[in-house]
Amino acid sequence: MFIEAKQINKVYFDKNNKPNTVLKDIDLSIKKGEFVSILGPSGCGKSTLLSMIAGLVSSTSGEIIVDGKKVVKPGKDRGMVFQQAALFPWMNVTENVMFPLRKEMSKKEGLERAQHFLKMVQLSNYPSHYPHELSGGMQQRVSIARSLAMDPAVLLMDEPFGALDEQTRSRLHGQLEEIWIDTKKTIVFVTHSISESIKLSDRIIVMGTRPGTILTDITVDIPRPREQHRQQIAALEEQIMGLLKTEIDKVIDEEQAYEAGS
Amino acid sequence: MKPAVKRIIFFAALIVFWELGSRFELWHETILPSPVSVYDSLVAGFADMTLVYDLAASFRRLLIGLVAAVIIGTGVGILLARSKTADETLGTLVLALQSVPSIVWLPLAMMWFGLGEGSIIFVVILGGTFVMILNVRTGIKNVDPLFIKAARTMGSNGLDLFIKVIIPASVPYFVTGARLAWAFAWRALMAGELLSSGPGLGYTLRYASDFGNMSLVIGVMIIIGVVGAIVDLMIFQRIENNVLKRWGLET
Repeated sequence: MFIEAKQINKVYFDKNNKPNTVLKDIDLSIKKGEFVSILGPSGCGKSTLLSMIAGLVSSTSGEIIVDGKKVVKPGKDRGMVFQQAALFPWMNVTENVMFPLRKEMSKKEGLERAQHFLKMVQLSNYPSHYPHELSGGMQQRVSIARSLAMDPAVLLMDEPFGALDEQTRSRLHGQLEEIWIDTKKTIVFVTHSISESIKLSDRIIVMGTRPGTILTDITVDIPRPREQHRQQIAALEEQIMGLLKTEIDKVIDEEQAYEAGS
Repeated sequence: MKPAVKRIIFFAALIVFWELGSRFELWHETILPSPVSVYDSLVAGFADMTLVYDLAASFRRLLIGLVAAVIIGTGVGILLARSKTADETLGTLVLALQSVPSIVWLPLAMMWFGLGEGSIIFVVILGGTFVMILNVRTGIKNVDPLFIKAARTMGSNGLDLFIKVIIPASVPYFVTGARLAWAFAWRALMAGELLSSGPGLGYTLRYASDFGNMSLVIGVMIIIGVVGAIVDLMIFQRIENNVLKRWGLET
């Protein structure tokens, strides 16, 4: 297996030193080149799990192996795209994309590489623009180009289109699918949108909350492009909705109990 | 109406009122000289070069003091932001000293550096340093954690992360710090010059006052105000606005 999470547990201690289990006994394996979505309601620990694969957050117990190596810290073999583009405002588009390359290649090589990936996200006309001059969708595309430019084995995406409007999101879904087909990268995509996960991924890992566990692992075998298979999509959507409903009810019940208690 | 036009009309009205008040002797010339005599004393001052030498001397002290304040402030600010122990000890001292007007240091400075250039520059440095320290410290502590996370996933850490990401990300705070340092240093300089020997704008102000030359006193006050406003508007606010815009903090 290319990415493997073994018996991951994550426990936070809150202000009163009470343990709070975020992730419980997570076992997950992902094949090379797979597009996997991690889907779940907010608070299920899906972003925490992704940050663990990135090496930004450590687990309380268990280990994560990526390409045969145990994850202990962040590395260029795992690119990450966040919900906010996280572009550096003091650098223009090209300089941002070249940021991860500056130590390992000459300026000229880096520039060529940046241009290549900016073309891939269809932003080759904006090399000298600064982030504040771009729309949210364009910023996110630069961020994707920046991650791809360091040629990671895995692309980790944490609700990358969550802050965008519906139309932009839909266009970027198409672009991401093309990029994935072109580059054959392994993508782990965190989202709370059921339709987004069905539209994009080979596999959907559905997570439940409190504590965060994997409820089920669904293989999506709807042929691409998927827009043409409305019925299959709708059926799958309904199936997942049913699964998540009990989870969402659980969150709401708990919140109401908390409010009643306080 | 354009702001510039409004401003011109406002200042013209102010001067006309002031002149008319003097003409009709609403107040005595020795208490508040008329704009015309202030203008005359300014012209005389520039003609015999005293005001030019004063401006040059004041600016020299200001420049030395401000550069030193910005350098020291940046260094100590970075230290306070990076070291918790330094922040809890030295940081408290900085906070306490910041509330002491820097001119209060002048008697001590005169003991240490003598009654001249050295003590004035010392007071100017103190005037600018503390506000610079506090802004740099805040800037570095307030860098968006997302920038740091993103940089780490791109293989940056340690010193590289600090120099390539954390420092540039806090530039808006550095600029605000420098602007406030300039404002404080300018005030400290004038206070320092009033109490020591010349040349310098503050010294000429006191000299004029000692000889009862109120129109020159007002003339120097106007120069101090105009220089302050010009430097602030033309240099610092411009840089600040550009930086805020680029850094996406203002639309």
